[in-house]
Amino acid sequence: MMKKLIIGLFALLPSLTMAAGPSVPLMDANIDLKDNASLQRGAKLFMNYCLGCHQMQYQRYERTFRDIGIPTEIGQEQLIFDGSKVGSHIKNAIDKDDAAKWFGAAPPDLTLVARVRGTDWIYTYLKSFYKDESRPFGVNNVVFPSVGMPHVLQELQGLPTPITEEVEEHGHTVTKVVGVETDGSGEMSVDEYDRAARDLTNFLAYVGEPSRLESEALGLKVIGFLVILFILAFMLKKEYWRDVH
Amino acid sequence: MFGKIIGWIDDRIPMTRVWNMHIAQYPAPKNFNFWYFFGSLAMLVLVNQIVTGIWLTMNFVPSAEGAFASVEYIMRDVEYGWLLRYLHSTGASAFFIVVYLHMFRGMIYGSYQKPRELLWLFGMFIFLALMAEAFMGYLLPWGQMSFWGAQVIISLFGAIPVIGDDLTLWIRGDYVISGATLNRFFALHVIALPLVIVILVFLHIVALHEVGSNNPDGVEIKRKKGTVAEEDKSKFKFHEYYTNKKDIVDAIPFHPYYTVKDIVGVVGFLILFCWVVFFMPAMNGFFLEAPNFEAANPLKTPEHIFPVWYFTPFYAILRAIPNKLMGVVAMGASIVVLALLPWIDRGSVRSIRYRCGLHKLNIAQFVVTFVILGWVGATPQTDFKTLLSQITTVTYFMFFVLLFVYSKNEKTKPLPTRLTK
Amino acid sequence: MSNAPVDNGRRRFLTIATSVVGGVGAAGAAVPFIASWNPSERAKSAGAPVEVDISKLEPGQLIRVEWRGKPVWVINRTPRMLEQMKEHEGQLRDPASEEPQQPESSTNEYRSQRPEIFVAVGICTHLGCSPSFLQGGFGEKVEGTDDGFFCPCHGSKFDMAGRVFQSVPAPLNLEIPPYTFLDDTTILVGEEKGVA
Repeated sequence: MMKKLIIGLFALLPSLTMAAGPSVPLMDANIDLKDNASLQRGAKLFMNYCLGCHQMQYQRYERTFRDIGIPTEIGQEQLIFDGSKVGSHIKNAIDKDDAAKWFGAAPPDLTLVARVRGTDWIYTYLKSFYKDESRPFGVNNVVFPSVGMPHVLQELQGLPTPITEEVEEHGHTVTKVVGVETDGSGEMSVDEYDRAARDLTNFLAYVGEPSRLESEALGLKVIGFLVILFILAFMLKKEYWRDVH
Repeated sequence: MFGKIIGWIDDRIPMTRVWNMHIAQYPAPKNFNFWYFFGSLAMLVLVNQIVTGIWLTMNFVPSAEGAFASVEYIMRDVEYGWLLRYLHSTGASAFFIVVYLHMFRGMIYGSYQKPRELLWLFGMFIFLALMAEAFMGYLLPWGQMSFWGAQVIISLFGAIPVIGDDLTLWIRGDYVISGATLNRFFALHVIALPLVIVILVFLHIVALHEVGSNNPDGVEIKRKKGTVAEEDKSKFKFHEYYTNKKDIVDAIPFHPYYTVKDIVGVVGFLILFCWVVFFMPAMNGFFLEAPNFEAANPLKTPEHIFPVWYFTPFYAILRAIPNKLMGVVAMGASIVVLALLPWIDRGSVRSIRYRCGLHKLNIAQFVVTFVILGWVGATPQTDFKTLLSQITTVTYFMFFVLLFVYSKNEKTKPLPTRLTK
Repeated sequence: MSNAPVDNGRRRFLTIATSVVGGVGAAGAAVPFIASWNPSERAKSAGAPVEVDISKLEPGQLIRVEWRGKPVWVINRTPRMLEQMKEHEGQLRDPASEEPQQPESSTNEYRSQRPEIFVAVGICTHLGCSPSFLQGGFGEKVEGTDDGFFCPCHGSKFDMAGRVFQSVPAPLNLEIPPYTFLDDTTILVGEEKGVA
């Protein structure tokens, strides 16, 4: 039994490493972690549209509010919907087993999604849902084929239709979805939706690594200091080594 | 007052004597170059790993249920926890960078040759312990790469005939990688292996100071007693432990000359190191792999499984061979053969500066081979890359075979009698 | 211990300068290690202010709430309790609350923001036991006072304002935490709003 498992694992290995990445080029998310307005809009989108199913179980409300410039009272009032304390993690009450039944798999935690997938992928993903009646929720996604999730931002974007292309693959002609075109039935214009997708991506990037800005600010000081120390140490070395040369 | 305290201590332990023998009056060749920074840098990184490691254990939870969340707790909830973690994760990669460069220095200047064989062997044991340390440490964050990487590497032991299956089961302590595996790896990673590494580093330095440092010319600075004219002897004072036995030329005391020089190296290194720590700790997926930000899931394999970059050259050798057992044997041999360098190289001239052209070419191809193997091992396999890895596996071992052959009757350049600048 | 053959001002200056700057660097490097021992976000979140509903708190009744892992008492003092507090002031160590064991707003004769509602950390200032509330039974400890607190560990005695009696081991009055009346029936323990 063990032997088979191990052999199987090894047989699997090359095929796994051969598996293809996304078939379409990703769009540039072009986010700005310093843009608090964008982060705040992103947070609002997340709390309204995503948190119903996806948690951020490692991130706390309070820290998030503080980092992206939302006063605690306002955050408590406008962004915490389940009465959680402001110091608690961003969680929902969804039952994992139920969710798995509804969507085929439990919705993943999104705390670190930006670090797993990258921001360009998220941005492209948010903009790549399209109408596909063969799927349980009537939508599919260009960068995540057979996606198990409905297009939750449909009321904002509308329901895009796929742009297809005939491509040659292994000697067959296959129809491939290469992009989407919105039907204009959403509340937002194309530009507004792009901005919303960018804001949400920005927020997810922030949550993925909340220490990023602090790190860069501190890093500049540390490196500046080290450069000064380097110059001194170099002069000291030169001075001593006059004995040797 | 100060002198009195020193005297009191010296009457009880040999503090001043050790300081003089091994630092202030230790004769070091005067011509150390850039390549000689990496020994002290490896020490610096070791200290960094130990100190940040101790601090990480204060908040890390070594259990399958708690490990991943505790790492995020460190990254988010603990003050400066992100910095401690990035110092440790970047330090792991930095350790291998400086150790690889340190080993390369030994190769080009023949530092493994007689009488430094044991010094080299201690170094190889440090390298082995370091690989085990890094491998076990990588399981601890309990991400997808931690889990599946460990799964694959432990399964390698299954290739051993007869006992293989039982052995893998015993290492894991379970039918898959589990909390039991995590706990034992944690114990080994935080105490057992660091202890082994520190002891080996101590022995490495004891061995170094007994035989003395090699140098870029590969010419000894210690000469037979009475063979050096008085005006040719080094003008500095060295400990009588060295001067009683030998005449010393072209040497300088380690302190202050190499201490001030190593400080320059250390600060220069820290600038680069901090740049990575503060601005790009994931190093585009080379130091922290993206799938490892997803908690371990025994039911879902990531799309691509790669070891961290420092294992990829050896991993590529493993993958190059289409037979599991032979692949494991080749991978093991690729490390053992390095340890045997002092006996494979039969030449008497150490430094690449005075060795034959073929040797220079051979070292150059070895560097190219190592880099290609590393790249192939870190990227998805294709038919071309499989072929490439097979070719470079051959050229990897070819380095040692060729060296063994041509070093016997090598046509070398004349050695200088004194160290050059 | 250096055996450098020459020495001069420049060398000494550079040695000192590098040592000083390097020392500053070493001290700076220690900061994250030291700071990481501070209470984490989790600890702070667990120690966040606690809301207490006092609408059902009868006169003479005590309720305990947990704040930062410590018991906090909220007591609705009866007029009689307030009355008796004045009578034994001569037997107290610090009747006027001169030691800074309470926020500014509670530095008064009742050690509280509102005379009847008393809020205190229920931990003896001696060695950290939690004193018992002897309602009506305190007379045997201190004559002429019906109610008070008695620490079972070493016998320290406190009155209904948490003031310590003389000749007991506890050196200080009970600590009053910062708190805020959010409205007439709700207290927020752990934070005093309007005070920086």
